Amino acid sequence: MSNLLDLLIAGLATGAIYAIVAVGFTLLWQTSQTINFAQGEFVMLPAFLMLAAMHAGAPFWLAIIFGMLLSMLLLGLGFKMLLVDPMLRHGVLPLAIATMALAIGLKEAVKQFFSAEASPFPSIVPAGDISILGRQVALQSVGVLALAIAAVVGLTALLNRTSIGHQMQATAQNPVVARIIGIPVERMILLTFLINAFLVALASLLITPIYLAKFSSGEVLGQAAFIAAIVGGFNQVRGAIAGGLLIGVVDNLAAAYVSTQYRAAVPMVLLILIILLRPQGLLGRAEERTV
Amino acid sequence: MKSGILAGILLATMTAGAALAQSGAPIKLANVAELSGGGATVGTNWKNGIDLAIEEINAKGGVLGRKLEVTHADSQSNPGVARAQVQKALDGEPYVLLGPGYSGSVKVTAPLAAEAGIAQIMGGEAAELTQGGNKFLFRTSFGQQSSMPKVAKYINDEVKAKSVAIVWVNNDFGRGGRDVITKELAKYNIKVAADLSTEAGQADFAADVSKIKGAAPDAVFVYLNEEESARILKELKRQGVTVPLIGETTLVGQKVVELAGDAANGARGHVGLTTDAPVDLIKAFREKFSKKYNYVPDHNGIKGYLAIYMIKATTEKMGKVDSKAFADNLHGLTIKATSEPGILMDATFDQNGDIDRQGFLVEIVDGKQVIKQVLPKLN
Repeated sequence: MSNLLDLLIAGLATGAIYAIVAVGFTLLWQTSQTINFAQGEFVMLPAFLMLAAMHAGAPFWLAIIFGMLLSMLLLGLGFKMLLVDPMLRHGVLPLAIATMALAIGLKEAVKQFFSAEASPFPSIVPAGDISILGRQVALQSVGVLALAIAAVVGLTALLNRTSIGHQMQATAQNPVVARIIGIPVERMILLTFLINAFLVALASLLITPIYLAKFSSGEVLGQAAFIAAIVGGFNQVRGAIAGGLLIGVVDNLAAAYVSTQYRAAVPMVLLILIILLRPQGLLGRAEERTV
Repeated sequence: MKSGILAGILLATMTAGAALAQSGAPIKLANVAELSGGGATVGTNWKNGIDLAIEEINAKGGVLGRKLEVTHADSQSNPGVARAQVQKALDGEPYVLLGPGYSGSVKVTAPLAAEAGIAQIMGGEAAELTQGGNKFLFRTSFGQQSSMPKVAKYINDEVKAKSVAIVWVNNDFGRGGRDVITKELAKYNIKVAADLSTEAGQADFAADVSKIKGAAPDAVFVYLNEEESARILKELKRQGVTVPLIGETTLVGQKVVELAGDAANGARGHVGLTTDAPVDLIKAFREKFSKKYNYVPDHNGIKGYLAIYMIKATTEKMGKVDSKAFADNLHGLTIKATSEPGILMDATFDQNGDIDRQGFLVEIVDGKQVIKQVLPKLN
């Protein structure tokens, strides 16, 4: 039983990071029909930007700010203007393939300019344990979970409680009508790209101390976030959150109770089941498409 | 007539020139290693060790007056790619083939080198590699069949553990080590409390560590590659596992210490090669390597360096550069550090290509390898 509790906490902590990445995924899809297959690499890159700043002599806190801002510039503004805008007019599929190319490009660039070897990365959450319900739990797990929840709550509040959030939602639901009623649709779309860049940089900051900074570390994350987004519901932010947490927990339980070899397959099986039984995802809404 | 003599002289000069160029031509070596992918730490250290040794030897005039020249190819830590790269390297007819470092890649490439009759000096440690009768394969470090009995003895005599959780990586290296250690532990009636296979490149060890906690062993034997070793050490610390953590070279290497930070403290293991060894020649090597590459090498750096000095010593013993006779001459050869300082410690190569040399038991204390015991050379 205590073992199960440890597994649940660890699973929720990783799942919360998947959730952050998955939320970004769904935001891009909703506002600009961008399926970003480079999302995993987007999580990998900010850690290296922060490491580069630290190698140049910046303290950790300054490196975090630098990494976050540069990520928003490169992975938010740059990604939208240089890749999404020119490609989207040719359809969703060419854009999706372009993001696959971007993923390879980012990985190889980091390998070439940084190193193919893993690098250590400092943790924003201090080491040590805290007592929860009489059990010793790693502060890092709790810290990661708390920060991830704070990010998700903040984002949900932004989307549901503020005027900008309402404008973003309107843009996502129907850009034509949104434009007619005077919403600056282009600016709203740019904002979602910047939010996605912020979320991936935050995920990078949280996951890299555990996974280590490595050019290939985005592969696992990108796949997990993609599955989480589909399982939860591709068109709902809360769906992506639920999907992320579920995948994190299922992955850990599968590794412990099924087998380590098949752990990667279990979320996939879950994905297939969801697609068969509830195609819109756990919390998603059914969409009708004109042909 | 006159023109005939001139032509003759010209021909003779050209032939002599060609012969001179032949004897003075560089000795070509080919290295295939894990320069990217999961084994990048292994391959990069190995490559840098090779380059350093070649630079030193060439600066002193080369081997038998000929310079050494090496080409490096990346196996991407993938046995399939390694095989293709080795085939390509062998097509270039190298004097000796170097690498790969991963046992799985060695396993699939060794038959190619043997078929070509080219000696292969590699970094793999899986026990089975040198037990298949391949007459062209040579180790630069201990195979598992020599290191695991020492680890099991240590777990029994010093740690006094009655039950051990074994965590191993599911590839040729990990499976080989797990098979040998399980057999060796059984000799001391030590129970295997948990037998956990993990995947190469695995990022998340939370579930594995939970299982270890559930099994409540007296000690944990960790047999993973470097990066995964660092990740599991961090997770073991995160989940508050305090029993002794014991491993082999990959658990207590420099790279693991760098990646795992504080979490590496207390980890213990048997190592065949370490740059912290109380051996003057190794200390000097460490200094040269660190100066050239700005980091402290792990055992793979030493292995790459030794591979080149094995070639030098064997070739000088033969007195000629003869790739076909190379393997025969290295079998049974003892290279003494007094006559060839580049070999760092006296080493003997047996008929299987296995190495006999002194070894060390180490513990990580405050982020540094501390030698606890020196285990002498057997013969």
